[in-house]
Amino acid sequence: MLISCPHCGPRDLAEFTYQGDATRTRPDLASTDTAAWHAYVYERPNPAGLHREYWQHSGGCRSHLLVVRDTVSHEIASAKFARKAREMIG
Amino acid sequence: MAEYSALSLLKNAFSGNRGWKPAWRKASPKPAYDVIVVGGGGHGLATAYYLAAEHGIRKVAVLEKGWLGSGNIGRNTTIVRSNYLLPESIRFYDHSVKLWENLSHQLNYNVMFSQRGVLNLAHSPAQVDDYIRRGNAMRHEGGDGIWLSPAQIARYAPGVDVSSSARFPVVGGLLQPRAGTARHDAVAWGYARAADRLGVDIIENCEVTGFLRDGDEITGVATSRGDIRGKKVAVAVAGSTGRVMKLAGIENLPIESHVLQAFVSESIKPFVDCVVTFGAGHLYMSQSDKGGLVFGGSLDLYNSYAQRGNLPLVEEVMSEITAMFPAVAKLRLLRSWGGVMDMSMDGSPIITKGPLPGMYLNCGWCYGGFKATPASGYSFAWTIAKDEPHPINAPFTLSRFERGVIIDEKGQGPTPKLH
Repeated sequence: MLISCPHCGPRDLAEFTYQGDATRTRPDLASTDTAAWHAYVYERPNPAGLHREYWQHSGGCRSHLLVVRDTVSHEIASAKFARKAREMIG
Repeated sequence: MAEYSALSLLKNAFSGNRGWKPAWRKASPKPAYDVIVVGGGGHGLATAYYLAAEHGIRKVAVLEKGWLGSGNIGRNTTIVRSNYLLPESIRFYDHSVKLWENLSHQLNYNVMFSQRGVLNLAHSPAQVDDYIRRGNAMRHEGGDGIWLSPAQIARYAPGVDVSSSARFPVVGGLLQPRAGTARHDAVAWGYARAADRLGVDIIENCEVTGFLRDGDEITGVATSRGDIRGKKVAVAVAGSTGRVMKLAGIENLPIESHVLQAFVSESIKPFVDCVVTFGAGHLYMSQSDKGGLVFGGSLDLYNSYAQRGNLPLVEEVMSEITAMFPAVAKLRLLRSWGGVMDMSMDGSPIITKGPLPGMYLNCGWCYGGFKATPASGYSFAWTIAKDEPHPINAPFTLSRFERGVIIDEKGQGPTPKLH
């Protein structure tokens, strides 16, 4: 698996650390809605297909990335800097 | 149906082995069943067997999208053990070991259960404390945990590098003598044959494509071979849990699917007669009766539904096995493969009624599903038949995450890849 780091270009999987599901947004820290916290902490869509997830280029530029990857074929649809991508999603 | 015995072996040997019958019928789906089990892997087949054998529920169908034994029951590293720390886990997995001990006899099918012992190597003072604590917890629950010194390890498992010059010197090990290995395919075949003899229909190449519903209630399944009605529908599909449950409208679960790779070397003469795990990394290894070293390590550590992994993990596993057993460095690898693991949020399984009316769910096995096969089937069948859990699976609910009563052996927190 090669991941195209927006800073370093295509690099081998071994340089990256998987940081998990990026489909969840943390509830406001003041929130006491236990259902929302449960959904954030424990529930995952776990799709067979395109999955939004965080990776870190830990063996390279150390950027945090938001990657869209197919969990069946392992093909990578996109890889962007996480902060910018999150801002675009809102 | 053929009975397996010394006499039948002899009889068939003299008649050119032409008298054997297929171990199970090629059943076609009937319009309706009392219980439909989705998933013809070890857990699904065991569930069907115990439904028929223990609860007299014989109008049961097991639906398998591929061929029987094509999933994780045929992809694991065959290890059976109950060396856990938390009482819920010890009770469940020890019940499983007890069922394993009589399984060949009960099924009249040799599952080659071999109590050759599982030895966990420790490499640091913290790990020594951790393993001794675990051994004590096992003994407290009536199990068997024995602490071995490096000298005892050298006698018990020659070949392990216990020298002080090892990359990660071995300082001791926790041994569970009753643990061991079983022939994984035979477990699927044995349960299938025994269930079939009790009237269970095992329907291969029958993929579930949807659920039949009456309001909220699940009343059956739509399949690639037509609609089938069922008073109760039980889902035991391991790595495919996300896919199948989405068909029922359940979009989120405390599960992630990850790929786990396994490996087998070329056959060699007897080299190691127990299961050994490497504590300085993540590696478990045993030698099959054919002589191949069967081993595996960590997950690939990213979500995946592909039954194949990537090379960085292969490299890591190989470096670990050569650190533990320097003598295997020149062995050739025969095969490697991958299976899809249903990694739960606390590392423990879910065996429960629900989440929809008429439905029962069995999932979250992480990479410990094989050893659990008998207890999983036994307690899932109990739950389905009586609409209440057996004491051994009562803690393994789906609602435990909401209620904050998680069963997290390693205290890793809700990161599925770390369990």
